[in-house]
Amino acid sequence: MMLGRITGSVVSTIHHPVVAGRKLLVAERLDANGRPTGGYVIAIDAIGAGKGETVLILDEGNGARQVLDDADAPVRSLIVGIVDAVELEKS
Amino acid sequence: MLLGRVIGTVVPAVVVDELSATPLLWVQPLDRAGRAAGEPLVCADGTRMAGPGQVIYWVASREAALTLEPSFVPVDDAIVGLVDEVRLYPADDSRR
Repeated sequence: MMLGRITGSVVSTIHHPVVAGRKLLVAERLDANGRPTGGYVIAIDAIGAGKGETVLILDEGNGARQVLDDADAPVRSLIVGIVDAVELEKS
Repeated sequence: MLLGRVIGTVVPAVVVDELSATPLLWVQPLDRAGRAAGEPLVCADGTRMAGPGQVIYWVASREAALTLEPSFVPVDDAIVGLVDEVRLYPADDSRR
């Protein structure tokens, strides 16, 4: 899984049926210190994440299909948690 | 999934049976601001609705094949949906 921050959303009328009724969010990827890495991902929201929130993003197909309860879903990136805090050991 | 823009079509002369009726499109991957990022690639079009100029979102690897019917096909990049609009929140708002 990876950390991300919700920076936008995608509006899509024509899509695969798995997207129907679900929210597509743009999440910038973060490193452990909360800094953007430059990468991003478009993920399906499974928990109700919103603007600016730091989230936990699953990026693996089998897990995503289990959460969506759809064995044929062409989905890999799924927002599965909202992060309150990340604590790092001081080095 | 990532954003991309369809920049052309690919018409194979000979293709495996499973892909005989599947549209293949040239896609330029985009960053979240809509700028080209990385090398163009060939995507199967699971929606069958995309065409040159269209902004889409696409998925790679095993999930790409799952956009097609039947899904046991030799495909590793595929279009999942067409983008009407990408709403990016103002940078200041997105920092907490």
